[in-house]
Amino acid sequence: MAERAALEELVRLQGERVRGLKQQKASAEQIEEEVAKLLKLKAQLGPDEGKQKFVLKTPKGTRDYSPRQMAVREKVFDVIISCFKRHGAEVIDTPVFELKETLTGKYGEDSKLIYDLKDQGGELLSLRYDLTVPFARYLAMNKLTNIKRYHIAKVYRRDNPAMTRGRYREFYQCDFDIAGQFDPMIPDAECLEIMCEILRSLQIGDFLVKVNDRRILDGMFAICGVPDSKFRTICSSVDKLDKVSWEEVKNEMVGEKGLAPEVADHIGDYVQQHGGISLVEQLLQDPELSQNKQALEGLGDLKLLFEYLTLFGIADKISFDLSLARGLDYYTGVIYEAVLLQTPVQAGEEPLGVGSVAAGGRYDGLVGMFDPKGRKVPCVGLSIGVERIFSIVEQRLEAELLYKKNPKLLNQLQYCEEAGIPLVAIIGEQELKDGVIKLRSVASREEVDVPREDLVEEIKRRTSQPFCIC
Amino acid sequence: MPPFGLLHRRAWASLFGQLLRPSGLVCIGEVHFHSQGTRDLSPQQMVVREKILDMVIDCFKRHGAKRLDTPAFELKEMLTEKYGEDSGLIYDLKDQGGELLSLRYDLTVPFARYLAMNKVKRMKRYQVGKVWRRESPTIVQGRYREFCQCDFDIAGQFDPMIPDAECLKIMCEVLSGLQLGDFLIKVNDRRILDGILAVCAVPQSKFHAICSSIDKLDKIPWKDVRHEMVAKKGLAPEVADRIGDYVQRHGGVSLVEEMFQDSRLSQNKQALEGLGDLRLLFEYLTLFGIAEKISFDLSLARGLDYYTGVIYEAVLLQTPAQAEECLNVGSVAAGGRYDGLVGVFDPKGHTVPCVGLSIGVERIFAILEERMKTAGLKIRTTETQVFVATPQKNFLHERLKLISELWDAGIKAELLYKNNPKLLTQLHYCEHMGIPLVVIIGEQELKEGVIKLRSVASREEVAIKRENLVAEIQKKLSES
Repeated sequence: MAERAALEELVRLQGERVRGLKQQKASAEQIEEEVAKLLKLKAQLGPDEGKQKFVLKTPKGTRDYSPRQMAVREKVFDVIISCFKRHGAEVIDTPVFELKETLTGKYGEDSKLIYDLKDQGGELLSLRYDLTVPFARYLAMNKLTNIKRYHIAKVYRRDNPAMTRGRYREFYQCDFDIAGQFDPMIPDAECLEIMCEILRSLQIGDFLVKVNDRRILDGMFAICGVPDSKFRTICSSVDKLDKVSWEEVKNEMVGEKGLAPEVADHIGDYVQQHGGISLVEQLLQDPELSQNKQALEGLGDLKLLFEYLTLFGIADKISFDLSLARGLDYYTGVIYEAVLLQTPVQAGEEPLGVGSVAAGGRYDGLVGMFDPKGRKVPCVGLSIGVERIFSIVEQRLEAELLYKKNPKLLNQLQYCEEAGIPLVAIIGEQELKDGVIKLRSVASREEVDVPREDLVEEIKRRTSQPFCIC
Repeated sequence: MPPFGLLHRRAWASLFGQLLRPSGLVCIGEVHFHSQGTRDLSPQQMVVREKILDMVIDCFKRHGAKRLDTPAFELKEMLTEKYGEDSGLIYDLKDQGGELLSLRYDLTVPFARYLAMNKVKRMKRYQVGKVWRRESPTIVQGRYREFCQCDFDIAGQFDPMIPDAECLKIMCEVLSGLQLGDFLIKVNDRRILDGILAVCAVPQSKFHAICSSIDKLDKIPWKDVRHEMVAKKGLAPEVADRIGDYVQRHGGVSLVEEMFQDSRLSQNKQALEGLGDLRLLFEYLTLFGIAEKISFDLSLARGLDYYTGVIYEAVLLQTPAQAEECLNVGSVAAGGRYDGLVGVFDPKGHTVPCVGLSIGVERIFAILEERMKTAGLKIRTTETQVFVATPQKNFLHERLKLISELWDAGIKAELLYKNNPKLLTQLHYCEHMGIPLVVIIGEQELKEGVIKLRSVASREEVAIKRENLVAEIQKKLSES
């Protein structure tokens, strides 16, 4: 007995050790080693004999959606889906898990956050990490060369959850993507138009869409003298500029990532800049940047993009921001991210803070990774971060569900008032005798006897009136 | 044409993939197939699915249910020992140093967990979501490893059989509404089954095993079932014969009355409870006008462990033509009463009685999809109302301005992502996608301050003033 207790203590300590290492972002090998030790210890404990004492909860980073939360969710999805449909998108669905090999090598550093399924003697499977890679797999598998599709589904990431800030391990994504070889920047502009339409319709406050281009970033790093091998890691430092100061970012690049200080300074001259189309023009004139072919391509495309966005009437919402460097590896051209400028805070609420609510970009090489002949299908798309939006909308809506235990008529009527049910059909002995039903308007409290056979018609008539003033 | 006739290309490819590739082999340079037993849904398939789900959800809402959603996976220990023999079919997640997790196997156990966790005593909820089972997939019959379920459940202590009757009413409404053809709902009761096994002197330890044999009576004849019980499950032949006297019977409320009179069964308290409830149920079902769709069937034994009272299963009655197509999909909906499940989760063992149903949409989907294919129906996969076109070069900017106006007015509109598309290409696109209206702008129109509004079907064109564009389109759309 004491042996078992000692073993359980060892398991607990080892578990904490693993958690500690993860928090410190220790190397993958070190973590794996300690995890292996933990698993060995657990195995020694053997199967749990006797009573099953478990904590009644959902898994870490996941949650149930109560009816009230579902109502919020459905309202938000309605807005998003009607916008996607307005732009002529079809809808598809894919399985929740993919072959592990499909997801391997697509997410860079983030690959360690993928949920794997246990090897139970069949294929090795993993839960989807986003909806973009499954989309690329779908295109390659079906040899499609163009499609405009949306997909709304849950994705899974073994991240550090911060549920109060709307960051979960299981969460919804609403993706819209356009695949196909087209004339430049038209689909890209439409994606930005869609993002703006959705954020406007949701009425969650003022927002800004930051735009940049992978080629401009790469070109900028090249002319600043960043070694190729450090490109991705310097990108992720630069990306933090929306949250921390330039000083801190520079310290990280020089102190932690071994970048020469002059190189860091040179980067700083660029990445702290943001503006409209005038900034694009300015950089096209930049003596160093204009020598770089990649950067020129990117700048040229952004110039065209701004033209189209002006015609769409949304150019004032767009900011060309050189610090936007976005995590995922597969972007090849324009990248964008929408942020709320100020989350509306009502009395007694906690402000949720600034964060992105939508993002996306162009990824021309991804489908080619799945196609056996390496055939490319250029793609551009966007993803709406609905979980953050749910939290915001939830805070604003007041919905109350009441369950009454007592069948007394008064309580039933009160239930209707509070639940917003407009009509009550009442039947009792008298009504049964007379062959009628008493139809009562909850709002006006007026009652009228309706012949049994006319009941359905009468209800239909009343409920079809605008605002259902029954 | 493959012999099965119904497998479409992807299913075939997936089958071949399984045959030719040993599992675990990494394919370099090969197109990656799906994981076994799963599939994507194309835009055409999604339209069919959404129609079905809309109909089912409408019915649930009509009966006052509120929607719930739970995570795709639960703590492994939540699912352990809830599914009896089927537990081996649960998908586990790899132990990656955190909690041990498993993909949900149904929506009922998560519901019970939700009720216990939130100390809810009463709830009428519906849930639509995917569940996962590592079964051997038989694609022809629409059985996959990942599939969608639509569940409706009523939790709470109520007067007997009213919610149970409502569940059956809902099942009938859904199946009628989906127009799948004639159907039948078999009804039985766990206590009656247990009572039968007891009076036939089946040893308690063999109850589950014998139940699963009895359940096969809808697919295989009695003598095969009897053989399994005697030869494989070690049941005495006389006991098997006694069971056979009961389980081959089915009928309406008159059978309930008959069983009440049965000399052996009427000695069994459990069976009497079950029969009493069924009698009450039939009364309510008669009032609901659905009694003729219900068959009291003593062979219905349904796999899952947690049922405690009435159980039911809906099957489609095939026409001879359907039988020829080999589209025997088995049950399309099922459910029952499960009064003890919440208590298993509640720390103090408090239970909440529950009754519910689950609609097997995948099977319904397979039938409707096949039907549409046979009928050669073309399904629109987008809702676009207006297409913005030009016959001339260098009109991209005008098209973009125009379409922006339409989107701002909430009109569903598209254009080709080409700087200078040919008019014919644009019109073909409209015909192909079923878009009803086209607005055409060119040099002439620009000069005159008009837009040409054209009906794709009739090819009739009319010039309208630019400033009236949105109003005219909205008028045209509301007319059709």
